Amino acid sequence: MVRDKNLQIRIFKNRLLYIVVCVFSALTAIPLLAILGEVLVRGWKQLSWTFLTEATPNAFEAMMAMSAGDPMPGGIANGIVGTFVMLLVAAVIAIPVGIFCGICLSEFKGNWFATVVSYITDLLQGTPSIIIGIIVYIWVVVPMKGYSGFAGSVALFIMMLPLIIRSTEETMNILPETLKEAGLALGGSYWRVMLQVMVPSAFGSIFTGILLAISRVIGETAPLMFTALGGAAISWNISRPMSAVPLMIWEFFNDPNLQSLIWGASLFLLTFVLCLNLLAKRIQKKWKV
Amino acid sequence: MESIKDPILQIKDVSIAYGNNKRAVKNVTADVAKNTITAIMGPSGCGKSTLLRAINRMHELYKAIHVTGEILLNGENVLLMPPTEERRRIGMVFQRPNPFPTMNIYDNVLAGYILNGIKLSRAEKDEIVERNLRNVMLWDEVKDSLTKRGTFLSGGQQQRLCIARSLALQPDILLMDEPTSALDPIATKYIEDLLVQLKNEVTIMIVTHNMSQAKRISDYSMFMYLGELIEYDDSSVMFTNPKDERTRSYLTGKMG
Ligand SMILES: Nc1ncnc2c1ncn2[C@@H]1O[C@H](COP(=O)(O)OP(=O)(O)O)[C@@H](O)[C@H]1O
Ligand SMILES: [Mg+2]
Repeated sequence: MVRDKNLQIRIFKNRLLYIVVCVFSALTAIPLLAILGEVLVRGWKQLSWTFLTEATPNAFEAMMAMSAGDPMPGGIANGIVGTFVMLLVAAVIAIPVGIFCGICLSEFKGNWFATVVSYITDLLQGTPSIIIGIIVYIWVVVPMKGYSGFAGSVALFIMMLPLIIRSTEETMNILPETLKEAGLALGGSYWRVMLQVMVPSAFGSIFTGILLAISRVIGETAPLMFTALGGAAISWNISRPMSAVPLMIWEFFNDPNLQSLIWGASLFLLTFVLCLNLLAKRIQKKWKV
Repeated sequence: MESIKDPILQIKDVSIAYGNNKRAVKNVTADVAKNTITAIMGPSGCGKSTLLRAINRMHELYKAIHVTGEILLNGENVLLMPPTEERRRIGMVFQRPNPFPTMNIYDNVLAGYILNGIKLSRAEKDEIVERNLRNVMLWDEVKDSLTKRGTFLSGGQQQRLCIARSLALQPDILLMDEPTSALDPIATKYIEDLLVQLKNEVTIMIVTHNMSQAKRISDYSMFMYLGELIEYDDSSVMFTNPKDERTRSYLTGKMG
């Protein structure tokens, strides 16, 4: 009987602890849900096909629509195109460079080159994005005599690079050494084994790292202000100023006539980041090394 | 032991050190006979793996490991050959089965060709895959799932796949470092039988700390202790009448 009572106390304690854990996780989830809810409630009315396919309305059109009580014309297509193009260019440079540096870091530990790369990576990761924006302004915008989507890509590239380097390095570190040895024991050359055995084996995690890097920089506004500048028309030309979704949110905020577009744009950005993160989680699960 | 005629491999005064002063293998000299199985035995930590890995130059991947002496393959110093060519001629099977996780079974068998950038026709590939999978008695089990990943197989099957992967390059020598220690007794028995059949095609050197395994399958046996090669003889002699006291106490289970 005594033992039974003990058991019951333990079951009770267990339950209590479980409830406490649940309450606290709920507490941490509240701010997140509140943000999501706010954005959703305010933004969903804005979302429509034209919102995604048309460029920013000019202030006059917006003012007219507002005073007539019509729905806001135009949309954020110029920002979507700009974000897409700049991210694509940034990713195309950052992925190979980042993977290469990541391999070097994990393979040549202690080597002076790896040490230097490692320091720079840490430094870059800790650099406030606005400073990266200014540097790229000096390095790219000034010599090229103008703001451009390309300069924006360079800024995003610099921000993505340390994330890809670190995720590659960490993945390579946990791959079993015998995998590399097995490849070399078959007479494979070092870089062939790296690229045909090791990198594919690490691919799932590296890809996850890339997605997370994209979702991390997609909302960056400060560095783009100094580089891509923004633009009201849909433009695919990377040598000219370009808009981006987060830049547009800033512009909408500053223009009393356009303020109602803020929430639609925010909702779009948030949804995109959320999807990227979910996708990353799934891939990581599926490709576990 | 009578000296071995036409040895395929000659190990001459090989010493291997980790770092500057930690000698793990000390002045080992031995000839290895063609188309035989040579077992390397000894208590754990005596330098078996270290010696074996020197033969296909795995040590070169790590700084601070120094190999001195000569290792001759058919009279040619392997330490002076290009490492990729040398490793194609001396294959290696590891303790834990390690098929390449992103390759299917078919490509795993061909991995040596893929990693050497050797182009093959479809017919050649099919032929190599089938022949080598038959060679390791795996063909019937996997012939309908060649496009599945190698990691889906059981441990014993994976190890046979790894053997097939090494054999596909038609090496002169196959080095095996405790290839069955991660497997169950049935899978182990299967691989032992396989090795006995394979020695017609390839010379096998196998590290094992399982004495009965060495006794069952090997033609020659080496006994190592504290980095030295203490005794090297016909297995039949070694297991019935060892000359060195240390060998005797190891074989009777009084050591390690
Ligand atoms: N990477 C290493 N660095 C330093 N010492 C090592 C390393 N690998 C093995 N050793 C040492 O070398 C000796 C021989 O090891 P090993 O060849 O693995 O023995 P065995 O395979 O016979 O068990 C051991 O004393 C071991 O501690
Ligand atoms: Mg060992």
